[in-house]
Amino acid sequence: MRKISFGEALREALQEEMRRDENVFLLGEDIGLQGGDFGVTKGLQAEFGESRVRDTPISETAIIGLSLGAASVGMRPVAEIMFSDFLGVCMDQILNQVSKMRYMSGGQVKTPVVIRTAFGAGISAGPQHSQSPEAFFMHIPGLQVVMPSTPYDAKGLMKTAIRNDNPVIFFEHKLLYSDKGDVPEQEYLLPFGMADIKKRGTDVTIIATGLMTKKALTAAEMLEKDGVSAEVVDLRTLMPLDEKTVIGSVKKTGRAVVVHEAWKRCGVGAEIAAMIMEEGMDYLDAPVKRVAGLNVPTPFSPALEKYVVPNEKDIVKAVKEIT
Amino acid sequence: MRQKMKEMFKLPLNPEKMVELYKCMVTIRRFEEKVSELFANGAIPGFVHLYIGQEAVAVGVCANLREGDNILSTHRGHGHCIAKGASLKRMMAELFGKSTGFCKGKGGSMHIADYESGILGANAIVGANIPIAAGAAFAAKSRGTDQVAVAFFGDGATSTGAFHEGINIAAAWKLPAIFVCENNLYAISTRANRSIPVKNIADKAAAYGIPGVVVDGMDIIAVYNAAREAVEKARRGEGPTLIECKTYRFCGSFEGDPQLYRRKEEREEWEKKDPLNFGRKLVESRHLTNADLQKIEADVKSSIEEAVKYARDSAYPEPKETTTDLLA
Repeated sequence: MRKISFGEALREALQEEMRRDENVFLLGEDIGLQGGDFGVTKGLQAEFGESRVRDTPISETAIIGLSLGAASVGMRPVAEIMFSDFLGVCMDQILNQVSKMRYMSGGQVKTPVVIRTAFGAGISAGPQHSQSPEAFFMHIPGLQVVMPSTPYDAKGLMKTAIRNDNPVIFFEHKLLYSDKGDVPEQEYLLPFGMADIKKRGTDVTIIATGLMTKKALTAAEMLEKDGVSAEVVDLRTLMPLDEKTVIGSVKKTGRAVVVHEAWKRCGVGAEIAAMIMEEGMDYLDAPVKRVAGLNVPTPFSPALEKYVVPNEKDIVKAVKEIT
Repeated sequence: MRQKMKEMFKLPLNPEKMVELYKCMVTIRRFEEKVSELFANGAIPGFVHLYIGQEAVAVGVCANLREGDNILSTHRGHGHCIAKGASLKRMMAELFGKSTGFCKGKGGSMHIADYESGILGANAIVGANIPIAAGAAFAAKSRGTDQVAVAFFGDGATSTGAFHEGINIAAAWKLPAIFVCENNLYAISTRANRSIPVKNIADKAAAYGIPGVVVDGMDIIAVYNAAREAVEKARRGEGPTLIECKTYRFCGSFEGDPQLYRRKEEREEWEKKDPLNFGRKLVESRHLTNADLQKIEADVKSSIEEAVKYARDSAYPEPKETTTDLLA
């Protein structure tokens, strides 16, 4: 099977969906001419023209508001927010507008807005360009939150996101863009709310998303050498959350560790741990552990940055504490 | 005198149209008065922000719109919705929180929406509707139709980031949008000139390279004419306009507002310019008789009573409705 990068897989998804449905259009800062800060939209303006791939002013509120207005009358915008940290700028349009429009109108309208955004630490981008804000959005009713870890997942989930009639925030980890992986030539879609067991195991369930899925898999290899068999569950979508797969795995292993790059306090790990306790108490042989980012902004210096986010050793350590 | 009246009315309106405009303003006024009464006696919960005194703006603008055009309204939006053709019954039911309301009772006064009539929702976040209107306009332009989108907002909204971003992108992309500012001099209790450093809000249009038009918001004909020009310009693909309607709300910002921030005398001055004086003008110019005015009042009264009855007789939504309509 051919191998393409995470970024290329996303581009293919966008291209295929734009070819399939003329209502799909892209907007964002520097996505057209430049092809995006991370190159995801390269070549798309050349193929589809300036009217369907639009470079916007630095106006996150307008980017999301305009997307909502267009979606309300039947278009299918895919808006890029260059860095997930900038979601703070357009928070009202997400919190009070996009997520609620359908409900507030009593179901009169569909709002198929996809918001793509690059997130995560590891390139010394500093405190305002390195965050993982998925918890804020998982919290808001009306939003779907997607966080793939492989090119295969990225492509299938992006296609689903664009065809889905509800708002989606699609988180793309910066360090994954150049990762290569198997992606079929034939068309496929991946449903939301379906986690993927990336590695089967029997002693502990490690639940992760995004870059942390990769780290969890490396940690699992390290644990194998020490005789601990870890099962790695890649959630792929935080909302909807595949509770069934998570609980099914915990039932088998009796132990769970949730890993995320975001700040530990009130991170998605807290929600998942609570859910496991509520639904799977009978299966647990140990408390659910969370391995997460330190509750500090991401410092710039490489000497510091590496300490604020979880690594493979942190995951191994957490597993050993409960096995 | 008659000649002067004739000149006032010579363009662009025919008599039937003018009577229609008057009747629409009366409908809004009596609807709002009824809402005030119902709110006071507890039938309508939550917050209500009435449109009394500003009727000429909604009616003058919406009279230029077709069914396929879109409006984005505000928390003070009953007037916009009525002027755009929303059913009084379903509006009243929504205010009561009944399941037959436009939003099945989930929105209330500040979120009335009737997508079929092009009302893409009233918005309770000041200014937020402006970029959304740009989006509806963007869709029209993308599809090559000559539909337009109108955002209504107050003087307070012109200080928000959303105002700036929404108008800026609409101007930069030459979108078929019309931005209608209802400057009623107060953002709740804050006088406009304390927050707005320029003499006219319309002056802000220069920052975006679009026309900024100041209109007497109490004069239905003036609003109609200004809106017509802006709508036609947008339809021709020539981009947006910012219309500043100088108006006044005779009521408080919200029902229950003690209005400590303004003097009764100021209100009384503005009440002399009541947009509903248009009725008397129509009688003076022989387009209507006094009997016609009374008939209009009677018809309006009856349709409002019908709306109230509909609302009262409708059922509240079932508890299970709390979790429906979230995702499509």
